[in-house]
Amino acid sequence: MQKFFHDAVEFVPILLQGVWLTIVVTIGSLLLSTALGLVWALMRVSGIGILVGLSAALINVIRGIPIIVLLFYIYFVMPDFGIALSALQAAIIGLGIAYSAYQAENFRAGIEAIDKGQIEAAQTIGMGWWLTMRRVVLPQAVRIILPPYGNIMIMMLKDSSQASTITVAELALQGKLIASSTFKNTSVFTLVALMYLTMSIPLILLVRHFENKANRK
Amino acid sequence: MIELRDVHKSFGKVEVLKGITASVAKSEVVCIIGPSGSGKSTILRCINGLESYDRGEISVEGARVDQGDRSIVAIRTQVSMVFQRFNLFPHRTALENVIEGPLYVKKEPREAAIARGRALLAQVGLADKAEVHPPKLSGGQQQRVAIARALAMQPKAILFDEPTSALDPELVGEVLSVMRKLADDGMTMVVVTHEMGFARDVADRVLFIDGGVIVEQGAAKSVLNQPQHPRTQDFLRRVLHPL
Repeated sequence: MQKFFHDAVEFVPILLQGVWLTIVVTIGSLLLSTALGLVWALMRVSGIGILVGLSAALINVIRGIPIIVLLFYIYFVMPDFGIALSALQAAIIGLGIAYSAYQAENFRAGIEAIDKGQIEAAQTIGMGWWLTMRRVVLPQAVRIILPPYGNIMIMMLKDSSQASTITVAELALQGKLIASSTFKNTSVFTLVALMYLTMSIPLILLVRHFENKANRK
Repeated sequence: MIELRDVHKSFGKVEVLKGITASVAKSEVVCIIGPSGSGKSTILRCINGLESYDRGEISVEGARVDQGDRSIVAIRTQVSMVFQRFNLFPHRTALENVIEGPLYVKKEPREAAIARGRALLAQVGLADKAEVHPPKLSGGQQQRVAIARALAMQPKAILFDEPTSALDPELVGEVLSVMRKLADDGMTMVVVTHEMGFARDVADRVLFIDGGVIVEQGAAKSVLNQPQHPRTQDFLRRVLHPL
């Protein structure tokens, strides 16, 4: 145990650099996936045939490709088309696109759960589609969307470790690098696991808070 | 003011409106009665473009009602609607429900919209409920807020789709009395209802609809007191003397 604490004092500062990148990747891809997911979802519920079809197709393609392959594609293949991204940019974009499919399905479920009478009431006071969404549907859908959204946040935090496969030195990769140069696998990976857990727990509590709030309504 | 000429409407293979021709004059109160599934609500929903219609023509003050056209927004701000299940926005207070249209559709200044919203809530007897959210109101109160919300658009006519059908019996009166006051003030109203007492006392005209056609129409008292058509007679007997 004493040895572990000794290792911890030595490795934590290095691992914290990885934590920083983990947070950057998670927040960056969370924002991107939320924005894209909202666009896909709004296309899906727009009632305009071509947009509905396009969105459904996009979501299925994205869902059908493993995140790691998407990351490889963006980082290693896009340069062939003249788009060279840094590893961090590629990670954020790859995870953002991958998760936009799940975000979209969650948003769509929330939007479609709103009573049709609400939309009709908005229409009868002269609201157009966008105003109805913004003032009537989305504010009510948020309550339904939030608990699963919190779960997606937790999954994204953990899946940000996949960025290590395209050389982003986030927490998992930082741990692997230290472990392979010191052979202190037990200490290093225990620390890495604890750090992920420390970041997840506030999110888990947040999800519980959302769920309680949604249940009370 | 509202004209329907030979309006047909089908849902899939079921034709629910089979050639409806009717008109509503300014300040007139017309009640539509008839059995469930006869197409009463569909008529209202076609008038303000919540449903499209297949054939014929509906016009409001000369403007053709076309669900797919941009002009439908202007028509909807002139012809408000009150729903059976109120359809208030649960995430906004009573006052916010009332001023939503004036603020965001008509772009009225906030102060003016709030002042008028409060006056409208007072008019329907809910001045003290302005800051309350709909789920905390009774059905009758919610429906009165919905009427205030419809009035806030300063419509030329209001369509009522079974406004008291979802209410506990003891709450029906408060809604009907608000509607009666509106009628007395000269509001043009089309009311789908099962409240025969209201139809007899307040309506100028009654349309009896069955199977997607107007079976009988005329002055409220004559249709309700001396129905001519056997189907009207049968319907009224069942409604007025269910036992």
